[in-house]
Amino acid sequence: MSEPDYMIVGGGIVGAAIAYGLARSGERVALLDEGDVAFRAARGNFGNVWVQGKGATCPAYADLTRGAANDWAEFAEDLSTETGIDLHFRRPGAAYICFSPEDLAKRVAVLEQSNANARIKSAFEALDLADLRQRLPDVGPEVAGGTFCPDDGTANPLLLLRALIKAAKDLGARYLPHHGVTSVARDGAGYAAETTAGVVRAGRLVLAAGLGNARLAPMVGLDGPVRPVRGQIMVTEKVRSFLACGTNFIRQTLEGGCIFGESVEEVGLDDGTSLPVLRDTAQKAVAAFPLLRDVRVVRAWGALRIMTPDGVPVYQASPDGSAFVVCVHSGVTLAPFHARGFVDNLISGSLPPDRFSAFSPERFHVQTV
Amino acid sequence: MFRRFDEAAGPIVEIVVDDRRIEARLGENLAAALLAAEIEPFRTTPVSGAARMPYCMMGVCFDCLAIVDGVPNRQTCLETVRAGMVVERQNGARAPGPQNGGE
Ligand SMILES: Cc1cc2nc3c(=O)[nH]c(=O)nc-3n(C[C@H](O)[C@H](O)[C@H](O)COP(=O)(O)OP(=O)(O)OC[C@H]3O[C@@H](n4cnc5c(N)ncnc54)[C@H](O)[C@@H]3O)c2cc1C
Ligand code: FES
Repeated sequence: MSEPDYMIVGGGIVGAAIAYGLARSGERVALLDEGDVAFRAARGNFGNVWVQGKGATCPAYADLTRGAANDWAEFAEDLSTETGIDLHFRRPGAAYICFSPEDLAKRVAVLEQSNANARIKSAFEALDLADLRQRLPDVGPEVAGGTFCPDDGTANPLLLLRALIKAAKDLGARYLPHHGVTSVARDGAGYAAETTAGVVRAGRLVLAAGLGNARLAPMVGLDGPVRPVRGQIMVTEKVRSFLACGTNFIRQTLEGGCIFGESVEEVGLDDGTSLPVLRDTAQKAVAAFPLLRDVRVVRAWGALRIMTPDGVPVYQASPDGSAFVVCVHSGVTLAPFHARGFVDNLISGSLPPDRFSAFSPERFHVQTV
Repeated sequence: MFRRFDEAAGPIVEIVVDDRRIEARLGENLAAALLAAEIEPFRTTPVSGAARMPYCMMGVCFDCLAIVDGVPNRQTCLETVRAGMVVERQNGARAPGPQNGGE
């Protein structure tokens, strides 16, 4: 094959969404990924399309999230039609569960603030225990209440990844697993990457390598300020449907399994599990929904979030618009944006400041007067 | 369809399968005892409701699930027969809360 227009490093949800979007716009794309030993948040995440409270301190991030969540239904339908893969996307809203009235008050303040500053509004309700039980009858007595937001949804992240890669390939993209990039550099007018399976060249470069961005971005004059933050997740045997909407730390899949966990640990590049965290996670799930007490956990795993210093995404373009880096920790939620709006920016070769200045890594640089 | 090797069989005990009493041999494989009693199907699946029977008889396929002594989703091919065991066929997904016997 002749040299592609774009080389995307990283075949997770972010890279695959961009590959799909570019291929859909008629660009020739190569999508490079590592092997099965890699750290891959795309294969270990929770699967929430989560709006509530995202970007509370950064209105641009709140708007980005809300816009993407609002586009999810149409995106899912198109992608399912193109691939025949049902993404299990639903948007029944979700409750953020609070265990004390103080937590609930704090939570309400956060959501009010994030709504005041965001351009796209997102409704929510503050619910005491009795009101919350109208939506989730099985909530336990230790729960004080919660906030409910109708904009939250869920999808099956593994089916999403599979569909994105299939759609990109069907549109002519070249998917190259087992092509770990060891170095990347300018090469004439384009870029050349040394990989574990030979050299790959392309006109433009998109770094969507998750945690790998930290090492790769500086090779081409960009910034990938990310560190791993571990989350541990458990899934139960399948049970009859009892969760009519999502929650912040438990959701029920269409098949009936309950996925839960929201731990946050700074443990470096260790994606294992640990008993104390799993125990706390299970206890919290049972406190929220006591009927889970005798339901068996069938699997538990750890996965590493791709976290920037302030938790807000990083999008950056090189000055000549030929190389880009993307670092996000809500790759499921933002998938419609990466496959659509963002692709138009890539093709035009610039990230307009009105939309992207809040996401520039320059915000982390020491300011000089 | 299935025949016991008499020389391998233990003493006869009774177990209950969906309110029906059947004879089994103490210590034999529970899935085998249910097959010998011509129990069919063992269960239906949570997602499509398809009927299932034991497939691998060695603990990997999870097709032989049943509610055993009140505990749902037990792999019957990994259980041995005890006197008075109560087995219920499991239709679809289990209920999330405490089990009060089948549906
Ligand atoms: C516990 C947990 C729960 C989460 N829950 C949610 C959620 O509910 N909703 C949500 O929206 N998001 C959630 N996320 C975040 C989501 O999983 C990530 O935002 C998303 O996976 C990021 O995708 P990515 O493609 O950037 O990274 P990854 O999935 O990590 O993909 C990066 C890819 O790049 C490849 N790569 C790395 N280095 C190289 C290299 N040198 N050469 C070639 N390839 C390379 C890796 O092999 C990997 O496949 C969660 C994450 C975690 C860890
Ligand atoms: S028959 Fe396969 S697990 Fe029991």
